[in-house]
Amino acid sequence: MKLEVKNLSKKFNSTIAVDNISFIIEKNKTLGLLGPNGCGKTTSIGMMLGLITPTSGQIFIDGIPLDAINRIKLLRFMNFASPYIELPKKLTVKQNLEVYARLYGVKKFNQRIDEMVLDLNLHNFLNKKTGELSSGQKNRVALAKSLINKPKLLFLDEPTASLDPDVGDFVREYIENYKKKNELTILLASHNMNEVKRLCNKVIMMKQGSIVDSGTCDELIKKHGRKNLEDTFLKIARSDNEME
Amino acid sequence: MRWNRIFALSLRHVYLIKGSFPRILDLIYWPTIQIFLWGFISKFFTLSSTYYENTVGVILSAAILYDFLFRSSISYNMMFLEEIWSRNFTNLFIAPIKLSEIIAALTFTAIFRTLVGLVPAAFLAIPFFGVSIYKIGMPLIFLLLTLYIFGVTLGLLVTAGLVRFGPSFENIAWASLFFLAPLGCIYYPIEILPEWLQFIAKLLPLVHIFEEMRNILIYGIINYSQILKAIIISFIYFSFGVIIFYLSYNGAKDRGTLINMGE
Repeated sequence: MKLEVKNLSKKFNSTIAVDNISFIIEKNKTLGLLGPNGCGKTTSIGMMLGLITPTSGQIFIDGIPLDAINRIKLLRFMNFASPYIELPKKLTVKQNLEVYARLYGVKKFNQRIDEMVLDLNLHNFLNKKTGELSSGQKNRVALAKSLINKPKLLFLDEPTASLDPDVGDFVREYIENYKKKNELTILLASHNMNEVKRLCNKVIMMKQGSIVDSGTCDELIKKHGRKNLEDTFLKIARSDNEME
Repeated sequence: MRWNRIFALSLRHVYLIKGSFPRILDLIYWPTIQIFLWGFISKFFTLSSTYYENTVGVILSAAILYDFLFRSSISYNMMFLEEIWSRNFTNLFIAPIKLSEIIAALTFTAIFRTLVGLVPAAFLAIPFFGVSIYKIGMPLIFLLLTLYIFGVTLGLLVTAGLVRFGPSFENIAWASLFFLAPLGCIYYPIEILPEWLQFIAKLLPLVHIFEEMRNILIYGIINYSQILKAIIISFIYFSFGVIIFYLSYNGAKDRGTLINMGE
């Protein structure tokens, strides 16, 4: 699915959270959304998921506007994972996956759950309550939930935050491999620059609600004369309202 | 509306109850305590009051019906609060489920939660106090239906508040029914209220329901127009509740509070 954001803005009272941003993610590509805390990433993702009403601007998914009429239809092909939201803690992993598979109208959902269990090694704790899992296990379950409907457009908000390097690497490798086998467009918000470099075709840098730069990782590193993406991020984040 | 999505969301709450013995116990415990408390009060009044002397269990029947209303409303609120407490709110609202389907799922599951608690308690009243609400007969179904609609309406209004103001509105959820109870004329006739309060009380379906219940149990008279009036009033409030909920949801989307709502 192609995601197109046109002149999107969000104002909360007198605070401008997102200021006239526009970008496109082509089908099957991964876009990194970078920026310091409070720069408007979560608000932007919220608008793209239809959870926040934009003050102005439009969002198109495969040319269809994400509005009240089309929202439910489009959400069937979208999903979201973030460590800041959780699945019901008192339900087992299997029950949670079943509930969400049914909510997304997944046909043959038992078969789909089995696939996710096998792919993400969930079998050891499939019948355990979700609230009793470790961070790494919860993260894999959240990823399974976000892929249960075989989404065509996936939003990932810091998918490996607070994970140990081993689990973090497992998640990154899984996403990489999943993308190779499936048609999937991803918007990835992350503070892990190695992750962004590994997974993203292109990145956009946000600051104070605006897009201040965009390009491939290598292009941005070269353009700002830095050694790596982390230094480039720091340069942009620390510059005084530098608009490129 | 898609039934499979309504079923999926209901299933989430059924799994929650099924998997937790303390939750099942909690559902049964409070109605049972209510039955025993009001059973003894009812017994005392039957022996000491001329108003109740010929009819055993009017107060206990009123207590059972009021508890049904209370449980319906609280069940609805509880299920919504469960989503907030478990930080599942965002997952739920990004799933392809319509607001009307969420309301329907909570409404259907609330009856399940309510009946799990109340049916055993109502049966206990038969051997212990010789009181059966089933004596009301056919009108009981309509009275319960009206109470249920009104209970869900109160639940809707409280959940609208939760969406609008966040989890801090939780205390209102618990207090909402106690606010209306004095006007409901549950245990006493409407004439007890001052005249100006009688006018307000008549705008609520509760007065009509409990007056009718007393008429049936004390005088053996069934007034279907009174029951119909109560059903119509309840449906008006329900429609109002749905509108408020939608406005609240749209307001929350505007303020950006739907994302990351949690404890």
